[in-house]
Amino acid sequence: MAIEQNEIEKIAELARIRIAPDQIGQVTGRITEILGMVDQLQAVDTRDIEPLANPLDAVQRLRPDEVTEENHREAFQAIAPAVENGLYLVPRVVE
Amino acid sequence: MHDKSVAQLGEGLRDKQFSSLELSHCFLDRIARLDGAYNSFISVDEDAVLAAARAADERLAAGTATALTGIPIAHKDIFCTNGMRTSCGSRMLDNFVPPYDATLITKFNRDGAVILGKTNMDEFAMGSSNESSYYGPVRNPWDTTLVPGGSSGGSAAAVAAMLAPAATGTDTGGSIRQPAAFCGITGIKPTYGRVSRLGMIAFASSLDQAGPMARSAEDCALLLNSMAGHDPLDSTSSELATQDYCSQLGDSLQGLRIGLPREYFGEGLAAGTASCIEAALKELEALGATLVDVSLPHSHLSIPTYYVLAPAEASTNLSRFDGVRYGHRCDNPVDLHDLYTRTREEGFGAEVKRRILVGTYALSAGYYDAYYKKAQQVRRLIKQDFTSCFEQVDVIAGPTTPGPAFALGAKSDDPLAMYLEDVYTLAVNLAGLPGMSVPAGFVADKPVGLQLIGPHFAEARLLNVGHRFQQATDWHTRRPASATGEAV
Repeated sequence: MAIEQNEIEKIAELARIRIAPDQIGQVTGRITEILGMVDQLQAVDTRDIEPLANPLDAVQRLRPDEVTEENHREAFQAIAPAVENGLYLVPRVVE
Repeated sequence: MHDKSVAQLGEGLRDKQFSSLELSHCFLDRIARLDGAYNSFISVDEDAVLAAARAADERLAAGTATALTGIPIAHKDIFCTNGMRTSCGSRMLDNFVPPYDATLITKFNRDGAVILGKTNMDEFAMGSSNESSYYGPVRNPWDTTLVPGGSSGGSAAAVAAMLAPAATGTDTGGSIRQPAAFCGITGIKPTYGRVSRLGMIAFASSLDQAGPMARSAEDCALLLNSMAGHDPLDSTSSELATQDYCSQLGDSLQGLRIGLPREYFGEGLAAGTASCIEAALKELEALGATLVDVSLPHSHLSIPTYYVLAPAEASTNLSRFDGVRYGHRCDNPVDLHDLYTRTREEGFGAEVKRRILVGTYALSAGYYDAYYKKAQQVRRLIKQDFTSCFEQVDVIAGPTTPGPAFALGAKSDDPLAMYLEDVYTLAVNLAGLPGMSVPAGFVADKPVGLQLIGPHFAEARLLNVGHRFQQATDWHTRRPASATGEAV
């Protein structure tokens, strides 16, 4: 399936990855090649075939809804780029 | 000491022939002298190695040692190590020092093994040549102009060059088996869910599995004994009881039925590799096995299926790298959107970005059924091929790779050519099966790997076949000249 450059720009926006303007053409070309290869799948008859999400067909295990973890906030925030008073800092979102 | 097996080193330690401290110094010294040529390690914390070795020596003296106490083991830099940088081969995590250990690391620590260092890898385990690492490519010890394979290329090179007695790797589409084949070592990808994924940085969560890489099947079994087992903190970890993976190593292969999928011996397989595999199969036949022709009719669909599912899962998993909680953050973001998009532009390399974009596309509105759901349906067909085969045979055998190691740079600009490297390994991950690569000869001085595939949870059977093969052959005892051509 051919993919247009503006579609790649839209996907990159969804994925929150900036692509430099001088690279968008090359990225579009590569992804077009990959999607072309993947298109082989369209010819396969998969009627009545149940999708396989887990190779062992395992289902999600459940456990009692009890607190089992301790709070490690300080250890986790010690490796963050910017924190203050126990909060992660990001550029201002609401003026 | 550096050329001894894990089994021999364990005996030597317990018999007090040498200490873990001496053993650790031996490998640290080899890394310092030789790894400049291979670039197989990203981080080595000498003080931590020596402290762990001293603790192991105390345990050895106290008589409470396990099979791995005091053995230095290298770990792929994808496993979180508390207090030690874990980069996943990416600029995104160049500054990431995890506040916890992966379950696999906890288990090795419990058994008294020594963390020798963290090995180089393709960025986020995405690659088949180790050229996508932020820390530069790894070079193959058999010929440093060749790639070592990937993504666990640092682990494979370190073990082949005897910079470590054994290592850990991960395998999402062939990343243990293909570098093991290229570097002439033994590696096993266990059944999906056999080894905990907690603290193993996620690439494609329904495919990822950790396993051992060593110089023999016996050593892989020793490591797997420590690694395997249920982990309540990994919801996909199997609750099935583990076994002693060493217990069946010596069993006879008399009557073993080995399936040869005709699709693994056709077009695309290099002639030299095919000859090595045929000779290896004759050897297994001589050991009592019966060879049976089988078919995996959907195997040609494993590459397109994988390259929908793995990128889709990766795009989801890698959304966590946002420059807010840990890892790289761009300088002077003007707003939150700029923070996200520039952090991810700078932090990820080209192949990782490509896969995130393909995955985002496959999961986006309007395309989900055509790509993701379709690929999951074909995934079931691929798994059913194996289920049918294992009604007729005990093990499947074939080449690990279509050809031997290729030159650095030969495929790095051509993603589709690189993806073909994993044509014989991907289906095993899609079906969640255990798969192993065992040294099976050389083509023009380049190692060739024999792949063995088993039914779910048949790791002990694969290790048995590998071990018996290694008792009858000496391919696994060959060492690269670059690592031996020195005064010891």
